[in-house]
Amino acid sequence: MNILVCISQVPDTTTKVAVGADGKTIDKTGVKFILNPYDEFTIEEGLRLREKFSGTVTALTVGGESAKEILRTALAMGVDKAVIVKDEAKDDSYSVAVNIAEYAKTQSPDVVIVGRQSIDYDSFGMASMVGELLGMPSISVVSSWSIDGSNVTAERDIEGGKEVVQASLPFVISAQKGLNDPRYPKLPDIMKAKSKPIEERASVAGGSRVETIAMELPQSKRVGKILGDTDGDIAELVRLLHEEAKVI
Amino acid sequence: MSTIVVFLEAKGNEVKRSSLEAVTAAVQIAAGGSVLGIIVGSAADIAAAGAYGLQSCAVANHSLLNSYSSTAVAATVAQYASSVGASSVIFPATATGKELAPRVAVKLQAGFIPDCVALEAQNGTIIASRPVYAGKAKISAKVSTPVGVYSLRPNVFTARKLDGAGAASVQEFSPNLTADDSKVQVTSVMRNEGKLDVSEADVIVSGGRGLKGPENFHLVESLGKALGAAIGASRAVVDAGWRPHGEQVGQTGKTVSPNLYVACGISGAVQHLAGMSSSKVIVAINKDKDAPIFKVADYGIVGDVFDVLPKLTAKLTH
Repeated sequence: MNILVCISQVPDTTTKVAVGADGKTIDKTGVKFILNPYDEFTIEEGLRLREKFSGTVTALTVGGESAKEILRTALAMGVDKAVIVKDEAKDDSYSVAVNIAEYAKTQSPDVVIVGRQSIDYDSFGMASMVGELLGMPSISVVSSWSIDGSNVTAERDIEGGKEVVQASLPFVISAQKGLNDPRYPKLPDIMKAKSKPIEERASVAGGSRVETIAMELPQSKRVGKILGDTDGDIAELVRLLHEEAKVI
Repeated sequence: MSTIVVFLEAKGNEVKRSSLEAVTAAVQIAAGGSVLGIIVGSAADIAAAGAYGLQSCAVANHSLLNSYSSTAVAATVAQYASSVGASSVIFPATATGKELAPRVAVKLQAGFIPDCVALEAQNGTIIASRPVYAGKAKISAKVSTPVGVYSLRPNVFTARKLDGAGAASVQEFSPNLTADDSKVQVTSVMRNEGKLDVSEADVIVSGGRGLKGPENFHLVESLGKALGAAIGASRAVVDAGWRPHGEQVGQTGKTVSPNLYVACGISGAVQHLAGMSSSKVIVAINKDKDAPIFKVADYGIVGDVFDVLPKLTAKLTH
């Protein structure tokens, strides 16, 4: 089985976000970059598929030079091959999807795995876009799934429950939290990963379809009435919710 | 003059509120142009959506649409949008909408802007605003393509009836579909019976580590019952196994925007805020006056949940 896992490097969510000099993107000074948390499940799922069906797992990222760090993590966890499509800008999700699809077309994967969302732009679109570009079915936010021959059965989260979905290989899935328990790379593997090769490819030009106009920090418009815990305070809260906020 | 297509969903007999919110948003940016709906084979009262400004609705029927298939529905919506020369296609960002919209965008060679909290028409250009970085920043963006696809965060836009709007006309739409379009199919749907889901609730009461143990969550549930609320949970208590993952609100859980969100014993980590910061009114109950949750709260009580929750429930119940 040929398995492609697509991962991305994102700013740590506890990062203080400041708007950069261009007024459109985050100021990267002092920001710590990490493997997108959903992508730990992505890599692990690829490795488990290989354990079950044998084959190769390739980890792919679209990003700048620093994104090689997450490929080293993937190699340390056990993927067979690591590829980076060099694209510092990563203008929008479509340009990332096009790069993933272009690489995938050269490899004919049976399964493409992406994370549910990347915690920087929270876009959720990757599985659907890559699926469409490759002419493959896709299932997003998968919490459990199984393969039987070329048939896939998956459960995905919807409002108030789950859908059971069927598809056939080749296909794309996006990993939901809890899909698996990601393994921790061991120190010797981390050391070995430092000298493993990473294939570099150029980005497909002219891919973006969305233009950011400006980025701003939201102004908090909250009322901010903080009370104590006396009976009087509790009665006042109820009154405020009824008369001022009008939510009860 | 633009033509805007809105993807509608129904629950039983009624068009879902998140779909009506999308209709209102479409009307606001249509600038006098047409607002047309597309829905997949539904018995719902679609004509009634006309009151919100929907001029007409196409009901798509095809044997390959009898069981839900995201690829077949995406092909259907894209074909319909092309057939009417739509300049914009709007989806509610429900679980279904989020999966369909990006595919439809690729089919229409359109830029796609997800999870919008505002849409505005400025001199013929649609400007969308959306939260990024777990809600710590907001970007305004536009598509660089002739057609744009947008998904709207539910319960942020307000569905509004238009004075003098009549019933929407309803017509059949038969898409051109082949087996290739339905390579993925939903075979069954499992609903959490009896429990109101956080992603569809108007009021949510959530509990965090301040409750100290799963055995104390009845305090949260009682308050929830008094408010007719769905019950939510922070990541910490879900990871600890006290509450099911379906209740988790936050960046790795669900994003919610109810009218009222009551956070009990929740400190307010950034990842939790990412999931509920667009709630209309936020109430925080925490014994630590410096808890970050108070910075995003409209109203707060600094106090012990064990003391405050029963008293608050009692006050709301009589």
